[in-house]
Amino acid sequence: MERKSIVVVGNGMVGYKFCEKLIAKAGKGTFELTVFGEEPRPAYDRVHLSSYFTGTSVDDLLMAPASWYPENDISLIVSDPVISIDRQAKTITSHKGIQKKYDYLILATGSSAFVPQVKGVEKDGIFVYRTIEDLDMMIAYAGKSKKGVVIGGGLLGLEAAKALLDLGLETHVVEFAPRLMPRQLDEAGALALKTKLESLGIQIHLNKSTSSFEGAESVNALLFADGSVLETDMVVISAGIRPRDEVASKAGIEIGKRGGIIVNDRLQTSDPSIFAIGECALYQEMIYGLVAPGYEMADVVVNTLMGGAKMFAPFDMSTKLKLIGVDVASFGDCFIAEPACKTLVLEDRNKGIYKRLNISNDGKTLLGGILVGEAENYNMLHQMVKNSMVLPPDPEDLLLPPRKGKSESAGGGLDGLPDEALVCSCEGVSKGAICSAVIEQDATDLAKIKACTKAGTGCGGCVPMVKDLITSALKAQGKVVKTVLCEHFPYSRQELLDLIKVNGLKTYDEILTKHGKGDGCEVCKPAVASMLASTFNEMILQPQHESLQDSNDRFLANIQKGGSYSVVPRIAGGEITPEKLIVIGQVAQKYNLYTKITGGQRIDMFGARVDQLPDIWEELVNAGFESGHAYAKSLRTVKSCVGSTWCRFGVQDSVGFAIEVENRYKGLRAPHKLKSAVSGCVRECAEAQSKDFGIIATEKGWNLYVCGNGGAKPQHALLLASDVDKETCLKYIDRFLMFYIKTSDPLTRTATWLNKLDGGLEYLKDVVVNDCLGIGEQLEREMDFMVETYQCEWKTVVENPELRKRFTHFVNSPKPDPTLEFKEERGQKFPKDWLVEVKK
Amino acid sequence: MEVAEKLSWVEVCSIDDVPKNAGACVEVSGKQIAVYNFEHRKEWYATDNECPHKKQMALSRGMIGDAAGEPKVACPFHKKTFSLKNGACLSGEEYKIATYPIKVENGRVFIAVS
Repeated sequence: MERKSIVVVGNGMVGYKFCEKLIAKAGKGTFELTVFGEEPRPAYDRVHLSSYFTGTSVDDLLMAPASWYPENDISLIVSDPVISIDRQAKTITSHKGIQKKYDYLILATGSSAFVPQVKGVEKDGIFVYRTIEDLDMMIAYAGKSKKGVVIGGGLLGLEAAKALLDLGLETHVVEFAPRLMPRQLDEAGALALKTKLESLGIQIHLNKSTSSFEGAESVNALLFADGSVLETDMVVISAGIRPRDEVASKAGIEIGKRGGIIVNDRLQTSDPSIFAIGECALYQEMIYGLVAPGYEMADVVVNTLMGGAKMFAPFDMSTKLKLIGVDVASFGDCFIAEPACKTLVLEDRNKGIYKRLNISNDGKTLLGGILVGEAENYNMLHQMVKNSMVLPPDPEDLLLPPRKGKSESAGGGLDGLPDEALVCSCEGVSKGAICSAVIEQDATDLAKIKACTKAGTGCGGCVPMVKDLITSALKAQGKVVKTVLCEHFPYSRQELLDLIKVNGLKTYDEILTKHGKGDGCEVCKPAVASMLASTFNEMILQPQHESLQDSNDRFLANIQKGGSYSVVPRIAGGEITPEKLIVIGQVAQKYNLYTKITGGQRIDMFGARVDQLPDIWEELVNAGFESGHAYAKSLRTVKSCVGSTWCRFGVQDSVGFAIEVENRYKGLRAPHKLKSAVSGCVRECAEAQSKDFGIIATEKGWNLYVCGNGGAKPQHALLLASDVDKETCLKYIDRFLMFYIKTSDPLTRTATWLNKLDGGLEYLKDVVVNDCLGIGEQLEREMDFMVETYQCEWKTVVENPELRKRFTHFVNSPKPDPTLEFKEERGQKFPKDWLVEVKK
Repeated sequence: MEVAEKLSWVEVCSIDDVPKNAGACVEVSGKQIAVYNFEHRKEWYATDNECPHKKQMALSRGMIGDAAGEPKVACPFHKKTFSLKNGACLSGEEYKIATYPIKVENGRVFIAVS
């Protein structure tokens, strides 16, 4: 029997998903499958398009590599849109003239950006935000622009604003409606979002209707209907989408009044052998602009073609997004208001959080809600709506963020979730399916669950919940959920460290033979290297330790884009003599290194070849510099303000103390990097409260703060001891650091460590200040040992010809790496970009 | 490994040039090749030095180990891991690196490049 021919028009996310689902259900080759795409490359992930601006490559964005199509017997024709359908002959014709017969035709033509017909819209510098080509044009144009305006304050507009921000432009958003995201947020929620975005440097203009784009050839300003003017160098229009229905319309297929191909419950158009899915389909007067309903449509059509009876139903449009770093979610019936329901609202202007829950008048069920600024409970709340779960007696508790120390995601409520609850709506995976994969297919981690069930592979929003489900399913099985280092060691870091100490094991090989299996890996090797270093403090490049070190430690320098290294000498407390500054300048000049002042009050030199490192360091060591350990999980810098020596407000010598602290703990290896600072008075110019340990001078002595963090998830340090003298302060830091080193998981900063520590700060105080475990003196002795055995690693290398020999690119040639390439910008050298030209 | 054609072996370095349980980079007729001295398995491997992810000449500086018994190298840039036996990417992506026949004789390391 001849195979039926299926032609898919459009190779976007939904068109691709249709192929994937068809191959999975029908097997490859069952149908003759042909796909026409307008764009020059196979389908890519449009949801995460903005990551293109921050370095994600086109290849990373592809839904599947180009080879996937032939491997599955699919003919993919790119750069060739279908331009006409002959419904009588059941053929299509492409732009390049290809004719193809079909038994079933799947229209997945998607949508285009809606461009309002405003005067001057044809000028240069006006873009839409839709395809990778659009992005490339924006990136090229942004190079000569300083300021950019996005028209449209909806979901896509804010994505585009993020892109402009990433391109380094002064960013403005113009919205016609009186609030941002009018379809997802109420007034108060939109205000919270606006305030938050403004604090991130985006300027927002509401109630603005653009009447013309000004400028000669290129746009230079927007003129609004109210007469005001906004100057700009470029414009991105993101004012909505238009379903691509022109081919269907030309073929006489029924189209909605305002566009969109009309479909029934089976996604059939007015011609029963033609289906429409995704953003081009109009189902019950509605265009679905999210990916999850598009995937569901693809699933329904595949089911229909295979003889199934599945129907499409109005789709839940609940969504959670991270917009420019701000969580925004709306779910269920988010706009329903009193008297049809009761509304609970939490508004925290201080933290920029707004939450609204709509509950039924009988107080029993949740109907919907809005979350801005903090949406960690989203998955659970969404499930409560979808499954009509009974609310707890105090539903207002649901408004509060999960408390520190407790599970940060859904938590205990998971057990109440029915098995049929849909956890991953992109791929349609239920709680039951995930739990049974854990139990029956031994899919005990996220990667395995993704492989088995596809849950979490779409937008990724359900990933925290999936992880919790894995843990709870394992626990329910009576399996112990234990954090082990990796497949080679069935121990936590703390357990393994105890074994190392008790048995006096000083090499990785001994440890692996005695307590592990296999050959080790890139997870356990550096973890063990760190444990050995913070116990025995032997030089990390000794032959028995060399191969354990992460690449940066192995070459005592940070590997940078392009494969060159950076050089960072220690400048304790940020204090440096003019003579030493001159040496840094001379060395940088001699070796043509890029120089930059760091946030930690020292100077980085970039662009050194691996073979140059020993020569550079020889000069620095001879001038009295030491390694700054910027490459290590160890103490980085102790930042300071000038304090009482110069400052008219200072009450103590903060620079002097910072230097003392930095010299005491320099080279101390820990589970993660350590940063510190000392401020000379309560004004806190050294920002000590954002450090792993920070010290602030008082009239009577010093206040010690611990476990602060900058970075992706900033956290203020907490007060551990107040008004203590220097000696006591150092004693407490000794104990604190050694206790952290002993008990932390690998690669865990002190802030996260404290969040997980049972008993939290109170317990830490008990251990460090009150010595409740009676280990205070032991911890101090261990720290004294580390201080006594310190050596400058670079001095050791510079003086050792055998070690120096390792710093070469080729072992069979003295040549440097010929692929190292640099360009010049602002009078200094930079590595060649590895992806797109992104202007920062 | 079965090889039909006759291999031409090129001497690239001494066994002491490659640290135990780690890699080093050699140049063979203009090509950068990473050589691994997998002392723990008493095996030697050779692969491309370039990581296909961001096209960085870095694999020789990566850590080696095993994943469920399969010997592997982890790129120091973004920790993509590759099988030392067949070059397949083990961290779930579509990348692949080339591997090369390697042998040790009298303390010298030889690689065959076609």
